[in-house]
Amino acid sequence: MARAEIGAIPAMPPIVDRHRTARRAHVWLAGLLVVVCICSLATGASGTSLWRVLTALLAGDPVSVTDRVVMLDIRLPRLVMGVLVGASLAVSGAVMQGLFRNPLADPGLVGVSAGAGLGAIMAIVLGAFLPSALITLVGNWTVPVAAFLGGWLSTIILYRVSTRAGRTSVATMLLAGIALGALAGAVSGILVYMADDRQLRDLTFWGLGSLAGATWSKVLVAGPMIGLSILATLYLGRGLNGLAMGEATAHHIGINVQRLKNGAIMTVALATGAAVAVSGGIGFVGIVVPHLLRLATGPDHETLLLNSALLGASLLLIADLVSRVIIAPADLPIGIVTAVLGAPVFLWILLRRRGLVDL
Amino acid sequence: MTLTARDIRVSLGRKQVPHGVDLNAEAGSVTAIVGPNGSGKTTLLRAITDEVPCLGQVMVEGLDIATAPGWQLAARRAVLPQMATLAFPFTVLEVVRMGLMSGGHGQDPSLPSRALAEVGLAGYEGRFFQELSGGEQQRAHLARVLVQVWAPVGQDGPRWLFLDEPVAALDIAHQLEVMDIVTRYARAGGGVIAVMHDLNLTALHADHVAIMSAGRIAAAGPPDLVMTDATLSKVYGCKLRVGVAPEGPRPFLLPHCAALA
Ligand SMILES: Nc1ncnc2c1ncn2[C@@H]1O[C@H](COP(=O)(O)OP(=O)(O)OP(=O)(O)O)[C@@H](O)[C@H]1O
Ligand SMILES: [Mg+2]
Repeated sequence: MARAEIGAIPAMPPIVDRHRTARRAHVWLAGLLVVVCICSLATGASGTSLWRVLTALLAGDPVSVTDRVVMLDIRLPRLVMGVLVGASLAVSGAVMQGLFRNPLADPGLVGVSAGAGLGAIMAIVLGAFLPSALITLVGNWTVPVAAFLGGWLSTIILYRVSTRAGRTSVATMLLAGIALGALAGAVSGILVYMADDRQLRDLTFWGLGSLAGATWSKVLVAGPMIGLSILATLYLGRGLNGLAMGEATAHHIGINVQRLKNGAIMTVALATGAAVAVSGGIGFVGIVVPHLLRLATGPDHETLLLNSALLGASLLLIADLVSRVIIAPADLPIGIVTAVLGAPVFLWILLRRRGLVDL
Repeated sequence: MTLTARDIRVSLGRKQVPHGVDLNAEAGSVTAIVGPNGSGKTTLLRAITDEVPCLGQVMVEGLDIATAPGWQLAARRAVLPQMATLAFPFTVLEVVRMGLMSGGHGQDPSLPSRALAEVGLAGYEGRFFQELSGGEQQRAHLARVLVQVWAPVGQDGPRWLFLDEPVAALDIAHQLEVMDIVTRYARAGGGVIAVMHDLNLTALHADHVAIMSAGRIAAAGPPDLVMTDATLSKVYGCKLRVGVAPEGPRPFLLPHCAALA
């Protein structure tokens, strides 16, 4: 009798299959990204109009040199970089949240970006001391590779500190993140102090947290790293789902937990390292995007990760658009825009989900 | 076919629990592990499911669990933990689906719903797992475990269920229902190893009982042979009297307080 009663209480309208919605979201979000890309290409401080360029191209008329430069060397690389960085920020956030089993884990919040930043600063300031053979070998890659190594090391340290016997303590994770971030910040400060004038210029430029410095060479450097990390997410989804039930249960359903964790840590480090190296610190994308998607289509990582990449790219392009038009013709650093938009959402998550993130 | 564990030792800090345990279990029957709190039942189950590193050797259907790849083990045995956690708001159906091998490709898509109906949770598919009661959560996890090794006997031999206190959080009707599922699984040729606290349910459903005490097996065998007044009273440290139910040969027992006895 008691059983019949329990069965009769429908607690909420049943969400029988979010799976299909999540799959459809791939298409919708890809469509959104295309629209945002077109808006981004069409907007800018100069008088160049996308429409004019396109009609000229279609009619076979010559495109003026200014238009060509504005389109091909300024707006397009900035667009591509925005897509890459936005996708990587959101993906690294989503993967990290899966790895740490917590919706608050975000590279920017728990010191991984700071670690990657330290790596980048080290490469800029101490790069002069590296053997020149190595420099010529890695070339443009010095800063991103150093950022990757910094992010990788900090993720590993963080995981070791906050996870005991397969369980992650949220409090320890956040506190360890604060400590890591502070340490990386302090060492970065010392390095900045040591830097000479030319390096300082590099550092300021790098640290703005902006897409303004986008060039094709940066795109070429960040592209493969970010592409690799997005590709990796295709293989992480099922594992991260299983990991939500704890390491032991994940193992019992046939997931190679050690390989999964290594893969997830590598993915986070690659994506964060590449994003930090080319655009400095841009916050909140990694926490807001996966959270919104979880609300809309559920936490299934098999669809969440790709959807995060798509929505992250769109949102960063929108933020970039805002940063370009709000005080045009000047650029507001995009990190400010994402913080202004993202921090309130983050607080809202904390308010709504206090039970879920209880320490 | 069988499961054999030889000389299992797990180091927990300075002590070893279990401390040299041998366990044999046959597919087609229910093997229960009983014993007082802290006697090492969960740790033994963890050791024989390759969850904690242990000394000794465990063979399941001819596979050495120390060397067999995880996916191969997962195809032959499923494990229900004593306490289950879940991060993120998955629905019941999404949790049960996780039991489908390799994400469910090429498997009967109706399995999760059938398993949920089996454990008495039909209609719970779309509810959030975290909003279920403790007993409902436990049954949902049981459904996930059942989905993983749905057929008691596969092409490569019997499948195994390892259950750590499968009925601990359940009301009496659901206790009987779950024990019935487990027994039917064994009758159909599958292997079942269950850690139990309820001695009467154990006596009723187990074909083989291993009684643990302080990291060792104190007695093992059919319930009517090993579940005796002397053994149980000694292992649990309180007076217990075993009787026989009017309808049959299975033993049943009532606790007798030392003061009353
Ligand atoms: N990770 C650990 N580190 C140290 N000691 C542990 C650990 N896990 C368990 N123990 C100890 O090992 C002993 C056996 O624990 P185990 O969980 O196997 O007991 P159990 O028989 O399953 O008990 P219960 O009936 O309460 O579930 C206990 O004394 C426990 O305190
Ligand atoms: Mg136990």
